[in-house]
Amino acid sequence: MTGEVAVLGAGMHPWGKWGRGFVEYGVAAARAALADAGLEWRDVGSIVGADTVRGGYPGYVAGATFARALGWQGARVASVYAACASGAQAVAAARAQILAGLADVVLVVGADAAPKGFFRPAGGDRPDDPDWLRFRVLGATNPTYFGLYARRRMAVHGDTVEDFAQVKVKNSALGALNPYARYRKRVSADEVAASAVVADPLRLLDICATSDGGAALVLSSLEFARRRGVTEPVRIRAVSTVTPTYPNTVLDLPDIATDSAAAAEPATETFRASIARAAYEEAGVGPEDLSLAEVYDLSTALELQWYEDLGLCGEGEGAKLLREGATAPGGRIPVNMSGGLASFGEAVPAQAIAQVCELTWQLRGEAGDRQVEHARVGITANQGLFGHGSAVIAVR
Amino acid sequence: MVAGWFAGDGDDFTLLGTRCSACASVFFPREDGWCRNPGCAGGDLAEIPLSRRGRVWSYTDSRYRPPSPYVTDPELPWEPYTLIAVELAAERIVVLGQAVPGVTVADLAVGAEVEVVAGVLHEDGETVWTTWQWRPTGVTA
Repeated sequence: MTGEVAVLGAGMHPWGKWGRGFVEYGVAAARAALADAGLEWRDVGSIVGADTVRGGYPGYVAGATFARALGWQGARVASVYAACASGAQAVAAARAQILAGLADVVLVVGADAAPKGFFRPAGGDRPDDPDWLRFRVLGATNPTYFGLYARRRMAVHGDTVEDFAQVKVKNSALGALNPYARYRKRVSADEVAASAVVADPLRLLDICATSDGGAALVLSSLEFARRRGVTEPVRIRAVSTVTPTYPNTVLDLPDIATDSAAAAEPATETFRASIARAAYEEAGVGPEDLSLAEVYDLSTALELQWYEDLGLCGEGEGAKLLREGATAPGGRIPVNMSGGLASFGEAVPAQAIAQVCELTWQLRGEAGDRQVEHARVGITANQGLFGHGSAVIAVR
Repeated sequence: MVAGWFAGDGDDFTLLGTRCSACASVFFPREDGWCRNPGCAGGDLAEIPLSRRGRVWSYTDSRYRPPSPYVTDPELPWEPYTLIAVELAAERIVVLGQAVPGVTVADLAVGAEVEVVAGVLHEDGETVWTTWQWRPTGVTA
């Protein structure tokens, strides 16, 4: 176990397709988080930005761009890029600074204005980029990988497309209760079944959209929180940022092939499972201690995979857990009470931060109609392109 | 576009990978820089042909036109193609590829046998871009 840090503030810009720049969303989220913390921007000693791809320069701009927009005040700055795990790595960087005594208060911001339709790699002929290669050589979009995983689950575990649709039914009902979600309409299983197939067996309503959005957190040392009179803050107890173990034998975005297991036996657990395990070990808790989980439901089928990878049930039992209602409101372990990506869509640098915002509100008892009663421990989980693991455990 | 990923014609067509001379790890797409096995001190990487036949790990299709850099003619209606991830037993690797034209998801099942064949990714006035494709065994169309 490592030390804990306090979550003093959480804020978001509503998600949608707003057609404005990412800085606007990030600044709105940052101001909301600062107000929630009862702090001024000048009180912040460090800002960490989760990077946004802008004009082909991923990584160079996020932290300082938000600092400039909020008003230069000399804060320490960092910017991190880890694809979908960028937000969690921003939290990790902020936590490390606080625990190292480099800053008392750190503002973490992620925001994006996503393109319409499929994500695609940056331009130019770049055959040294695996992401570029999978599009150029195979036309393999993100949804085609989700389709491969879904079809594999059907063949190996007996999942059905009706099971997948029920994930959307659950998450859309929760998104309808979340004022920050982009989609606020309940969706029926019939509506999922009537939507167009994107990548067999997955349909449009099985797959998350791309969205604009922003999310921010104000993190501090526990001592700083106490000095501010916050005696029982939500605390971040673990941030998992692990890489896979060779050979990684589950075909991962954006790769064209897996590692070969010809010369080295694969680990008994998958990469996704190792992300959760690292978080549990660091926090000193297990899946049985969780009150709720926020997972990356890039597709409905992938949410079921996360149930197993988080240890909420055994391998192959994800659909059974869903059918039992265990992951629905009032169930043993509610999953994606925010509405998930099904209701938000992807705003890549913001989403992992938004997951922690939801945990914060839930653990404070401020989640309104979505509230999980007596929430004490929550986990977030996602996976960033190119081998970036990410999970955060927060407690109260 | 991707030099040295495959070679040969007809029944001699194979994917090409590399193998570490020290630990026998296999790499596809080919790794020519260094062995990526963390338990290996590193050896020379030699080109090897991969098994021509394997079993379907999973499959899907692409009902919407992929964005660039995939090359398609926007003037033509979109024709979905199938993608197959194939387990090669000897190499203990899964390799993704397009199915040969005409094979749909209805023709496939996890565990079914497929073989690698030469195919055309696209062609323009100057160039025919060849690639590898997976074809269910016993199908010769």
